[in-house]
Amino acid sequence: MPDDIPQTTCDPIELAVRAVLGSMSGDLSVTEATLLSELEALGREVSRAKSEIAALSVDDITASHIPAATDELDAVVAHTATATNEILDACEVLEGLQPDLAAEGAAALSGAVTRIYEACSFQDITGQRISKVVNALKAIEGRVAAVSERFGGLPAAMAAPAGATARTEGEALANGPQLPATASSQAEIDRLLASFD
Amino acid sequence: MPMDKTTPVLIVDDYKTMLRIIRNLLKQLEFENVEEATDGQEALSKLRAGSFGLVISDWNMAPMTGLDLLKEVRADARLKALPFIMITAESKTENVVAAKQAGVSNYIVKPFNAETLRDKIEKVMAHA
Repeated sequence: MPDDIPQTTCDPIELAVRAVLGSMSGDLSVTEATLLSELEALGREVSRAKSEIAALSVDDITASHIPAATDELDAVVAHTATATNEILDACEVLEGLQPDLAAEGAAALSGAVTRIYEACSFQDITGQRISKVVNALKAIEGRVAAVSERFGGLPAAMAAPAGATARTEGEALANGPQLPATASSQAEIDRLLASFD
Repeated sequence: MPMDKTTPVLIVDDYKTMLRIIRNLLKQLEFENVEEATDGQEALSKLRAGSFGLVISDWNMAPMTGLDLLKEVRADARLKALPFIMITAESKTENVVAAKQAGVSNYIVKPFNAETLRDKIEKVMAHA
């Protein structure tokens, strides 16, 4: 068995390499020697990867980088909500002026305010999209910590996401907004609903 | 058939801003009797305690989603015929199919416009 593979910890890959190497003895053919060389290289690569994973500053990722990123994204949601509510405040003031306007002006004002209300729903969509990004970041955080713990023997700062918990159909299907390229339009949804009739 | 604008409407969304937008759009449609809930559980409590003629609900809420609220409504003897419109960003076919199978009256995908809202309300009220 080669001595240049560190003996620190053994994972299944490393154990397999060691087992194969240990089974080789006596005169080796060229093919076997090549295989031996490749296996030694593989063993060194596994060992190096483990060392690098162990050296990752997981604490920085889990304690600083990802929380900072999620805080920033939360701030984006909060600021857009504040701005949207300011816009809605202004719209409601404008609507209050409608009774004082001539019919044509009142209709024009109403139409414009309606369009602003419609446009303001961006805040809901934006918030849901950002929530998806935050959840993705948290999943990455959990995986990084789990990999580090697995290979580096360091305590994970945050456990990997919980496994299967009982979820309702509503929760399981709640994926948030689709990207425009893949989202169904209202017309497509109407056709789908009509197909049930 | 004209819409009955006196119909009490419950709107359900966990985004307060969205509740405000829908309420204002309903006000433009001359619906003045509008109440709000911020999740399915609160909505269900209000529905069981009150007398509503229409529910307009988001899907993605906790602790009870809009789909779960819809199922509870359809399973409730007193509420099962209540018109129920889902307004949601969930636009996948599987979501629409699940909502339809659960008994949704109509389905609006966000972002939506006032005309779509008016059209869907008219349709569900006509069948109520």
